[in-house]
Amino acid sequence: MDAILLLEQLLNGLQLGIMLFLIAAGLTLIFGVMGLINLAHGSLYMIGAFACAAVATWSGSFWLGLMASLTFAAAAGALIEVVIMRQLYHREHLDQVLATFALILICSEGTRWLFGSFPLYLDVPDIFYGAVNLFGVLQYSRYRLFIIVIGLFTALCIYLLINKTRIGMRIRAGAADRQMTAALGINISLLYTLVFALGAALAGFSGALVGSIQSVEVGMGEPVLILAFVVVVIGGIGSIRGALVGALLVGMVDTLGRGYLPQILQLLLDPVFANTLGAALSSIAIYLLMIVILVFKPKGLFPAHG
Amino acid sequence: MNKKLITSLLGAALCLAPHVDAAPVKVGMITTLSGGGSGLGVDVRDGFMLAVKTANRSDLEVIVEDDARKPALAVQIADKMIQKEKVDILTGIIWSNLAMAVVPSTVNQGVLYLSPNAGPSALAGQGCHKNYFNVAWQNDNLHEAMGNYANSAAHKNSFILAPNYPAGKDALTGYKRLYKGNLAGEIYTKLGQKDYAAEIAQIRASSADSVYIFLPGGMGIAFMKQYSQAGMTTPIMGPAFSFDQGILKAVGKAALGVRNSSQWNKDIDNAANKVFVADFEAAYGRLPSLYASQGYDTANLILSAMDSADINDQDAFRAALKSAQFDSVRGDFRFGNNQHPIQDIYVREVVMEGDVLTNKIIGVGLKDHQDAYAANCSL
Repeated sequence: MDAILLLEQLLNGLQLGIMLFLIAAGLTLIFGVMGLINLAHGSLYMIGAFACAAVATWSGSFWLGLMASLTFAAAAGALIEVVIMRQLYHREHLDQVLATFALILICSEGTRWLFGSFPLYLDVPDIFYGAVNLFGVLQYSRYRLFIIVIGLFTALCIYLLINKTRIGMRIRAGAADRQMTAALGINISLLYTLVFALGAALAGFSGALVGSIQSVEVGMGEPVLILAFVVVVIGGIGSIRGALVGALLVGMVDTLGRGYLPQILQLLLDPVFANTLGAALSSIAIYLLMIVILVFKPKGLFPAHG
Repeated sequence: MNKKLITSLLGAALCLAPHVDAAPVKVGMITTLSGGGSGLGVDVRDGFMLAVKTANRSDLEVIVEDDARKPALAVQIADKMIQKEKVDILTGIIWSNLAMAVVPSTVNQGVLYLSPNAGPSALAGQGCHKNYFNVAWQNDNLHEAMGNYANSAAHKNSFILAPNYPAGKDALTGYKRLYKGNLAGEIYTKLGQKDYAAEIAQIRASSADSVYIFLPGGMGIAFMKQYSQAGMTTPIMGPAFSFDQGILKAVGKAALGVRNSSQWNKDIDNAANKVFVADFEAAYGRLPSLYASQGYDTANLILSAMDSADINDQDAFRAALKSAQFDSVRGDFRFGNNQHPIQDIYVREVVMEGDVLTNKIIGVGLKDHQDAYAANCSL
């Protein structure tokens, strides 16, 4: 029985990690290529979730909603890049933080104005309802399994896009040396808009995937943004590979910490105290992980530039 | 001046009850209208303003401001309302942490505070105050009712879960106060946590026969969806906060059949409630929630006190408030010594009415219930 629970918790950790990767990938991509700190990433995540919920409710199809989340978030991303971000590339990080923080407030209140203060309904399609039997012993949520599969697939797509295509080559070149790339006749503005829209689409897509098992409401993006930053910092700012490893580490540590820390502490301490301490420790476990990693690797696990 | 004279003469002529030609009352409402959790504040405000509009009195003025769920902002607004606007009464705060930041200094400055939602234990026991009235409940009350209900539903092995913050601890303490069975597990999660896979796995692995959750707002939506998607069938119980009208739509069919405790529901059979539910739907185009009912009751309590006392005679006004001579939409309502309600708490079930998810009363959890801290209050 305990082995089954452990296996289930490991799967949960993997699933949380993959979800975090989808969110963090866009953030680290934008920072790595454009050197831009985008606090409004969580707002794009929210836009994706709201677009999915609205379209799914209107059309009755979760899949159309998922498409809408990609489209709307990418469009919002492109718009934000052209109108606002272009003014910020030459500014200091502090200016970028200030401007994108303002964007969070604008997006939140704009969404509230459009959709109201009450959370929206978004549920997974019927075929993902319930549990599926794995290895004959383990009941596991179908939708979480779907997230694992689609997340791994997306990670593969990003890898192929960046490393095996012409556009990916240009993105890598743009990250390495903006001026030289422009001198070679590549339209760097268009490239940046593309990268930003891609990052936004990833955020929106994960918002829709996650929104359907959590809650679609104003302000859903901010806690996620903090987690995404933890993942990006652990993995090495700007590195997609780092984001994947960091996300899986954070997912595992968080899930196993929540599942087992109180129990382990109960072996050593008074049960009531162990429960309190365990709850407190498990909620800061990922930040402890971040501190430990930064002590040994100040630039994260896979620093993008040297 | 003339206009005021005419309206008060008109008021006196219209009211057969002994009408006091009282000074106008100014009420300041501080509540959460933007950002996360704003649905609750919007409901309290709408319920309150509905009663104010229905009464249509020229001697009652209400000013509303948004605290954005930030304690520092709430304190700022309270200072401004007390010192600059010279309000007689403050009300509106949703969250216990904001209430703790605002209420003590407000009541010490001689301003009345009527709570339409938060009921932290610190203000119910030794910390009670003659200027503080709670029109909703003491925080523990709904949880106590559910613990009591669990006994009668023959639940003997509950798994209990709440966020790791003061109201979460109060909640599980409240549940355990009257619950007589064993605990299959007790988990405190991070406040604001939205992914419950690890906890649901633990519940599945335990031998629990029931699950009690206190996860307000988005946390509850997330938990319920994940719980049902994981194919879990162990019955869930909770306080009304996770199964309220405002969020049921977002939870969807996962909430069907859940038992939850509340001091109010739209099907409570009394005249005041029927009028409230019908008027609220007509005015706002949605069903009222328990928060809206609390706002409505708070406004009606103020109006009832204005009928029999002058706000400038604070002792008389306080006595009028404490006598609670108004028709509460919950039915019987009176204040205990600590100026918190003594009231029935019902057990409701989430049902489908047409294509709308809503709650139906299926029994009484606790009759004429008073909070556990009242004895420590010296009032």
